[in-house]
Amino acid sequence: MDIQTWTFIIVGFTFALYIGIAIWSRASSTKDFYVAGGGVSPLANGLATAADWMSAASFLGMAGIIAFSGYDGSVYLMGWTGGYVLLALLLAPYLRKFGKFTVPDFIGDRYYSNVARTVAVIAALFVSFTYVAGQMRGVGVVFSRFLDVEVDTGVYIGMAVVLFYAFLGGMKGITYTQVAQYCVLIFAFMVPAIFISIMATGNPIPQIGFGSAGEDGVYLLDKLDGLMTDLGFTAYTDGTKSKMDVFFITAALMLGTAGLPHVIIRFFTVPKVKDARKSAGYALLFIAILYTTAPAIAVFARTNLMETVQNKPYKEIPEWFTKWENTGLIAWTDKNEDGRIQYLPGTAINGKKPEFSESRGELGERLIYNFSEEKNELYVDRDITVLANPEIAGLPNWVIALVAAGGLAAALSTAAGLLLVISTSISHDLIKKQLAPGISDKRELAIARFSALLAVVVAGYFGINPPGFVASVVALAFGLAASSFFPAIVMGIFSKRMNREGAIFGMLAGLGITSYYIARFKLGWLGNPDMSEEKDWWWGISPEGFGTVGMLVNFGVAIIISSFTKAPPKEVREIVENIRIPSNAGDAIGH
Amino acid sequence: MNTDNRKKYWRENLKYLAILLSIWFLVSYGFGILLVDELNTVRMGGFKLGFWFAQQGSIYIFVILIFVYVRLMNKLDKKYKLDE
Repeated sequence: MDIQTWTFIIVGFTFALYIGIAIWSRASSTKDFYVAGGGVSPLANGLATAADWMSAASFLGMAGIIAFSGYDGSVYLMGWTGGYVLLALLLAPYLRKFGKFTVPDFIGDRYYSNVARTVAVIAALFVSFTYVAGQMRGVGVVFSRFLDVEVDTGVYIGMAVVLFYAFLGGMKGITYTQVAQYCVLIFAFMVPAIFISIMATGNPIPQIGFGSAGEDGVYLLDKLDGLMTDLGFTAYTDGTKSKMDVFFITAALMLGTAGLPHVIIRFFTVPKVKDARKSAGYALLFIAILYTTAPAIAVFARTNLMETVQNKPYKEIPEWFTKWENTGLIAWTDKNEDGRIQYLPGTAINGKKPEFSESRGELGERLIYNFSEEKNELYVDRDITVLANPEIAGLPNWVIALVAAGGLAAALSTAAGLLLVISTSISHDLIKKQLAPGISDKRELAIARFSALLAVVVAGYFGINPPGFVASVVALAFGLAASSFFPAIVMGIFSKRMNREGAIFGMLAGLGITSYYIARFKLGWLGNPDMSEEKDWWWGISPEGFGTVGMLVNFGVAIIISSFTKAPPKEVREIVENIRIPSNAGDAIGH
Repeated sequence: MNTDNRKKYWRENLKYLAILLSIWFLVSYGFGILLVDELNTVRMGGFKLGFWFAQQGSIYIFVILIFVYVRLMNKLDKKYKLDE
């Protein structure tokens, strides 16, 4: 059977599975809808958290980013895993003991202030919307690549599927679908990785394989370093970023991970405090399987690419090369007209994507308009690392179809988790807690369902018409989470003295300075554009890493302001005493 | 539970946190970033050690740290009769 047929079969089967689970796990109360009834086992919650966490970007993009940035890619590996240690040790157990539905619930109650609650709701909505727009786009892109439909059509299909189980099942439906989605995505990621590891080194475990030697007896990493330095690239295992910047980016990603509302609320779904701790461990274990395999795939793919194409005549290039050239993910311009591919440092094209002309060159290559002056002739889209892997390794068609189903599982599971945060923020934090506190549980559930519908429509709209800044919003989402939620929650648990004034001004200061820095240096919206270059960065910190500074500012401002203002009331100090003791966690209650 | 025991329980918890988070910091920010060049002079099979910590080792240790924390806290909860 051809790839197309296999893709329809496997994707169709997985979608039927997700919908079946959704029907089986319908929500009948707000507690079901917000926290899956509070009865999810730590193992199931760990699986669901892992699927929630790993997006289309982790599944399709990360191995590619690492392949093309070598050591510098470590910031994502450490940053997106180390945050779970903070979550497990500093946040999850205490928030579970607190026993409400949302992050703004905690901020609002702990800081006895609806202003603090509102700041938290706005931050949660902003972080989740920026994040989900990219996910819906990701769903569309995966569909268009594998099923040959328009990206927009793909977004509509994705919207329909997510809506179905988010609307019916809320957190309960989402949790059990995510368990299934984790299984699909990890299987789809590991099968090609294991095959390729065996081919490259004879070792079936990719994590060990990329530290082993190939048939020629040379260690793979040494060979890759050699290939790269010979051509004038920086060695793969050395970075180009400054240590300072690597440090700050890693920290911002870790703190942001620990502060992302859609991750935190997953720990409200388990029965007990000890389950929250354990389930953070399971979550990281399941995430680590993918995150330790990705750098191995990166090395195999980069070595393979360097060896296969460098200085090879275009006429003798393997078939996968021309196939991906046809999809626009590879582009080649014979700049020195020798008929061979020169793959060198520097960008091969001007702008982000190649602009193809309708005609072909003498050798049959697709001509592009926007090739650059630099010597490098080859443009390779990073996503190809995972997408093309099965073909480069000559794996059967069903494996390629499996990768499509895995990419969709990754994108859908993350989108669903984010949509739940958005609908909960609206129905619970805004309507129930502020505008109409008297509404019945049944009515709140109806509003929650309606908010989910609204959130899907808005997210779909952003997926189809991505705002110009979507590409850079991940930095924003993590920076804002790191500079607002993380300090406010940690101080709320570990300091009895932290009060309303300190928390509010701390969050505003952290959010403010991080937004300003990203708006100025990442988006170029503020300040003199000539002064927004890399050399103008404060202390050499890139916008991606500035959330760490925002976090420090938040802590500093909060501590100073709180020491000049009144201590929190006695009831609040009792809340803090109470969340520090794990027993009698009781049910998650919203009223 | 009396106030005295609460304080002791919390202090022991903070001690665990301090130890585990120091290891967390050391393997990632220490071995993986600040000391990466020094560690890269040491080799472990085909890996330079600093590079290995940045892309593999730190992640394994993160997972272990959480499970060690789970065990320590379960024991501590038992000691203070807080387990359910």
